[in-house]
Amino acid sequence: MTTPLSGRDVARQIGEHLPDAVTDFDETAVFVNGEALLEVARFLKENSELGFDYLAAITAVDFFQHFEVIYHLTSIKYNHSIVLKTRCCTRESPTLPSVIGLWRGADLQERDIYDLMGIAFEGHPNLKRIFLWDGFQGHPLRKDYQSAT
Amino acid sequence: MPLKTEPVMINFGPQHPSTHGVFRMRITFDGEVIVDMEPIFGYLHRGIEKLAESRTYTQNIPYTDRLDYLASMSNNLAYVMAVEKLAGIAVPERAEYLRVIMAELMRIASHLIAVGALLNDMGAFFTPFMYMFREREKILDLFEMVCGQRLTYNYMRIGGVSHDIPEEFLPAVKRFIDEMPGFVDEYDQLLAENEIVLARTKGVGILPVELAINASASGPVLRASGVKWDIRRADPYSVYDRFDFEIPTGKMGDAYDRYWVRIQEMRQSTRIVKQALGQLPQGEVRAKVPATFRPPQGEAYSHIEGPKGELGFYLVSDNSPNPYRFKVRAPSLINLTVLRDLCLGWKLADAIVIFGSIDICMGEVDR
Repeated sequence: MTTPLSGRDVARQIGEHLPDAVTDFDETAVFVNGEALLEVARFLKENSELGFDYLAAITAVDFFQHFEVIYHLTSIKYNHSIVLKTRCCTRESPTLPSVIGLWRGADLQERDIYDLMGIAFEGHPNLKRIFLWDGFQGHPLRKDYQSAT
Repeated sequence: MPLKTEPVMINFGPQHPSTHGVFRMRITFDGEVIVDMEPIFGYLHRGIEKLAESRTYTQNIPYTDRLDYLASMSNNLAYVMAVEKLAGIAVPERAEYLRVIMAELMRIASHLIAVGALLNDMGAFFTPFMYMFREREKILDLFEMVCGQRLTYNYMRIGGVSHDIPEEFLPAVKRFIDEMPGFVDEYDQLLAENEIVLARTKGVGILPVELAINASASGPVLRASGVKWDIRRADPYSVYDRFDFEIPTGKMGDAYDRYWVRIQEMRQSTRIVKQALGQLPQGEVRAKVPATFRPPQGEAYSHIEGPKGELGFYLVSDNSPNPYRFKVRAPSLINLTVLRDLCLGWKLADAIVIFGSIDICMGEVDR
């Protein structure tokens, strides 16, 4: 059984290393601020006790006041998992650092989010629309998106 | 005088039988050797994630049929499991067994297509494919008995399955399970040591284990690279912890191993169905859940080992009858992350085999 690590424990471990990164936590998830995302991700991957070697999924959700981006991380080595969440509070041009340098599996998923939710990932080498065409206006998965028809 | 050469770019697809749907690869060649490759997606994008936000949880089940339409039962299962987790709904035991039986039959059917299509891509034009279709047809007949459909089943329900199995199902599925190992032996006889299969797949498109994990590969693609990771065992769901089965893994991570793992998984799925039929309890097949209901505010991620890899659904509820966010973790899309790495340095004919060995369904890639 994959053990979901407690958000409190992981938040404490991150906090010992990166004091200002964690903004909140709950039973299963750790919330971090966007600027620290890459450092936290690196810590989660490279720490020998945590060893999150597998990025299962990235999801973005539009909550109007903010976008939430959710990283489902798994360690194949230890068979445990954690949910890492971060927020983007601007609708104009939300940006987060890309985690592609740590997990190549982020490549197409970040392009998916960029295309449909309009969140840019800094450092992604090929950030362009993946499903929709280049001239497409808007990002359909945003809650305020109005389709042309 | 030295000859001046320049790279040539060609478009492979989107309409081509070997792209398994509408998919394009923009390939740059130096002579015959691939020096660059970019996959281009989106020809089958229907916006299912957006559409799902304006339908109720129950109405969304048929949409999941249309993701990976070669494994609709598995999609149904992954989705209803996510809703049940979100709303805290318990499923009757008989329904859990029926779900496992359907999901494993679906895995066999999907792997049959994967192997048959791979052989097609190698130039064994439709003969192996028809052998595979012979067995797949029987599985589709079984599905038709339980839900009346042969492709888009819409069989699972939130809290169980739509109907109990009809009388004629059990003898038919038992017959199929008894026959299936013999058919797999037959494939082995025809293909496992076939000179052309070996020449075309051995050592072709090797996916190293570190890259497989780092690039979030899953399913047979990950296991062919030697990682013993199967969600049915690593994070058991439904009643999978009650069955005895092995997890086949490859050694090299080449196209042959990906083919081989699928063949072995068909044998294991047959074993699971046999055990599930032996343990199948009597009772209800569906918990009482109203067609329209409001799960409490919250979120749930649930994943299963689909035929193509980790199939996950992430649902966010705002306590309304429709999901606030409906996200599909599509193994077909994510497994294509490594396509460029696998193809570089090979020739066009190899790229087709490599692509075929990953086994994707465009309905799930583009959603």
